[in-house]
Amino acid sequence: MNRYPLWKYLIVLVSVLLGLLYTLPNFYGESPAIQISPMRTTDKADTSLLARVEGILKKNNIPVNGMLFELNSVKVRFSDTDIQLKAKDILQAGLGNGYVVALNLLSESPQWLTDISALPMYLGLDLRGGVHFLLQVDMKGALSKSLDRFSADIRSSLREEKIRYKRVSREGLQIIVKFRDLESRDKATDEIKNNYEDLSLREHDLEDEFHLAVSLKETALKRMQDSAVQQNITTLRNRVNELGVAEPIIQQAGADRVVVQLPGVQDTAKAKDILGRTATLELRMVDEEHDVSLALSGQNPSDSELYTERGGGPVLVKKQVMLTGDRINDAQPGFDNNNRPAVHLNLDSNGARTFKQLTRENVGKRMAILLIEKNQKEVITAPVIQEEIPSGRVQITGNMSISEARDISLLLRAGALAAPMDIIEERTVGPSLGAENISRGFNSTLFGFAAIAIFMTVYYLIFGFISVTALGVNLLLLIALLSILQATLTLPGMAAIALTIGMAIDANVLINERIRDELRNGISPQAAISAGYERAFGTILDANITTLIAGIALFAFGSGPIKGFAVVLCLGILTSMFSAIMVSRSLVNLLYGKRRKLETVPIGQVWKPTNNKR
Amino acid sequence: MEFFRFRRDIPFMSWGKYTTTISLLTFIIAVFFLATKGLNLGVDFTGGTVMEVGYSQAADLNKARNTLAGIGMPDASIQHFGNSSDVLIRLPTKPEISSAQLSEVVMKALRQEDNTVEMRRVEFVGPQVGEELVENGALALLIVSLGIIAYLAMRFEWKFGVAAIIANLHDVIIILGFFAFFQWEFSLTVLAAVLAILGYSVNESVVVFDRIRENFRKMRKASVEQVIDNAITRTMSRTIITHGCTQMAVCSMLFFGGEALHYFALALTIGICFGIYSAVLVASPIVMLLGVTREDLVKIEKKETKEEAVP
Repeated sequence: MNRYPLWKYLIVLVSVLLGLLYTLPNFYGESPAIQISPMRTTDKADTSLLARVEGILKKNNIPVNGMLFELNSVKVRFSDTDIQLKAKDILQAGLGNGYVVALNLLSESPQWLTDISALPMYLGLDLRGGVHFLLQVDMKGALSKSLDRFSADIRSSLREEKIRYKRVSREGLQIIVKFRDLESRDKATDEIKNNYEDLSLREHDLEDEFHLAVSLKETALKRMQDSAVQQNITTLRNRVNELGVAEPIIQQAGADRVVVQLPGVQDTAKAKDILGRTATLELRMVDEEHDVSLALSGQNPSDSELYTERGGGPVLVKKQVMLTGDRINDAQPGFDNNNRPAVHLNLDSNGARTFKQLTRENVGKRMAILLIEKNQKEVITAPVIQEEIPSGRVQITGNMSISEARDISLLLRAGALAAPMDIIEERTVGPSLGAENISRGFNSTLFGFAAIAIFMTVYYLIFGFISVTALGVNLLLLIALLSILQATLTLPGMAAIALTIGMAIDANVLINERIRDELRNGISPQAAISAGYERAFGTILDANITTLIAGIALFAFGSGPIKGFAVVLCLGILTSMFSAIMVSRSLVNLLYGKRRKLETVPIGQVWKPTNNKR
Repeated sequence: MEFFRFRRDIPFMSWGKYTTTISLLTFIIAVFFLATKGLNLGVDFTGGTVMEVGYSQAADLNKARNTLAGIGMPDASIQHFGNSSDVLIRLPTKPEISSAQLSEVVMKALRQEDNTVEMRRVEFVGPQVGEELVENGALALLIVSLGIIAYLAMRFEWKFGVAAIIANLHDVIIILGFFAFFQWEFSLTVLAAVLAILGYSVNESVVVFDRIRENFRKMRKASVEQVIDNAITRTMSRTIITHGCTQMAVCSMLFFGGEALHYFALALTIGICFGIYSAVLVASPIVMLLGVTREDLVKIEKKETKEEAVP
């Protein structure tokens, strides 16, 4: 009765072997490395890059431990971090701006393991050090920005069609267009309806004015939000590339949030600065029809705003935005003809066309270039347009230093954010604490396991030892599973491993106690083993399912560290069911199943009450 | 070796009056401290900034305090963390400084005074995120409770589900009571521990309930009280050994897990200790109180065996 068919033994054997195989990469440790990838995702790294990197390193006599080419990047291993840091500077200088040169750690596990995608566990930021940000996209900001763009478009449409209107203004989350007569409004309604399918219109009259309230349709709103988040993610990715991070994670979390994880980043101040900044440019015309001094005294014209030019006096700027920063292809710091620091912009074809038209139509007038950072607008410069600029190449000079020019161009190059973002959560862990956390988690598991192993073996003898073996297999399978799934292992996750060890033994205790119980009732050893396993099964299942319910709920509602805990807890329950029931049973069957005459079960002392009532 | 040698069933149910009183008392005390002192919620829930910095030698807290007061943060709480060279700084949310920059400002000030200081950890949680975490935590607690009741009601009978969840919520409240009384920091990880305990100590009740069901079948002539007493007595050994083993793992965490896992392990310890007590002396009396009968389970059992018989 205590025999397993061959296939069951095979299942156990195969899973243990697979467990060993996939746990293996975790034992090799890591070596410092540098990862080089092209700055733009459209560019491909190829073998010529490999050759270039090799050449640069050889020229500078940097010893290399190995180079490989994978996933659109070149990775170079070094023997220690000093060489790694030296190599980074040299490579950065040698390769120039087009490449991300980032520090990284590479697993030292042999290639054949990597080939069967046996990778070490993916460590969370609290274990390897780094920064985690949760950014909230300011949807209201995105919305008002896009409404501003729409009102500019509506204005020019109406002008083109020669429809007379009094005013176009954004009020809250809608645009109000005011007309003097009904006829113009009807015309305008048709015009807008035909040309802008994303807008919904509502007419209402106010005394002698005819209003048209324009707002975004629900579907368009949704689409706009999605694209705002997507664009922000793209922008963030570009910015992170500028920072040089080896394996950044940038992904959407919920409708309007973005998670950014930068493993191994030390200079958090710079990271935050670059990520958090929402610099973009706006090109507007200077309002020259109204008097600045009048505006200074509080009488602002309705379609203009008052700003101060950097290093200059106040300037009145029209509200209508002619061109925004998302039309910028490239931005580089440099100098103008008079050797003043400047930012050289390169506009995309659309932007170049708009700019050409703008400059052609406004020769002799002043144009204002506004830098918008963290919702603060500043006029960098307000030059007079000398001539039509057809090429899309724009040079901004203003009152700025060289480093300011560099900063502005970095931010502009990395792209504009579609909507402003705020950091609403930050978790930074220094590398020393990360390493400490690993050893803490490891020790907790190790000593917990050792204590349980000793106790079980002493208390249940051979059956205890079998239980401990099953527990070991459980640990092995759990780590293998975590490695295969590449689930993020966090410190709470390591705590869950330790806790799982403590909880998984429950199944074996249940079984062993059951067997003792059956023996106490005077059943033969073989029957007792069989009955013990069978009777305990239902209880083990019930008990584990309730814990699983808790684990799943934790996973569903938990964030960050809790999720890591929940994943390990759930996986641990699954592996423990398998190992406690199947693995231990197969060991028992293998050892005792074939013995016809099993006199005693080596499960420790079974005490029988002398005056058993039943 | 055999630790537990019960000659006859221990009359747990006859102690029902006392144990229920004790449970009720501890419960009320826990609720009292929760109400009066409240939980010392960590930054995860309240929002704000926590920084852990490490010095090369023992840190001078007063100096650090003065430094922070100097940059306009007299309300920062500063204390040693784990050992004398590590310092934990708590900063409330400041509307005037961008929260993301707050830690940088503090770090700069501290570095000016002592350049050996090293940033070990920064956690900033916006107030809005904190609120959500509280909400999600409460929701998780609710879902876990309902899930467990539903599962036990399906597997046994609703009375068992209700009894188990009351027993375990009683554990949860007591854990929270401890955290309120000692004003230990209640963080996300502690919440995880509490929820894990909720799932884990239900095991305990399940094991006892399983035995009760089995006994109802086997001990045809025994009264409900005898059945339950026997079930508890016979699972006692397993209960203590299992919990002992889990506690060994938790103790290992308590000793080797450092500050980060300290309260997590502490919450588990309390949960495990009260878990034993409540499974034996709270859940079962409640099942009795709810008036469980043999028919409740034996009927279900029959159905089940029928289902099992069909391949």
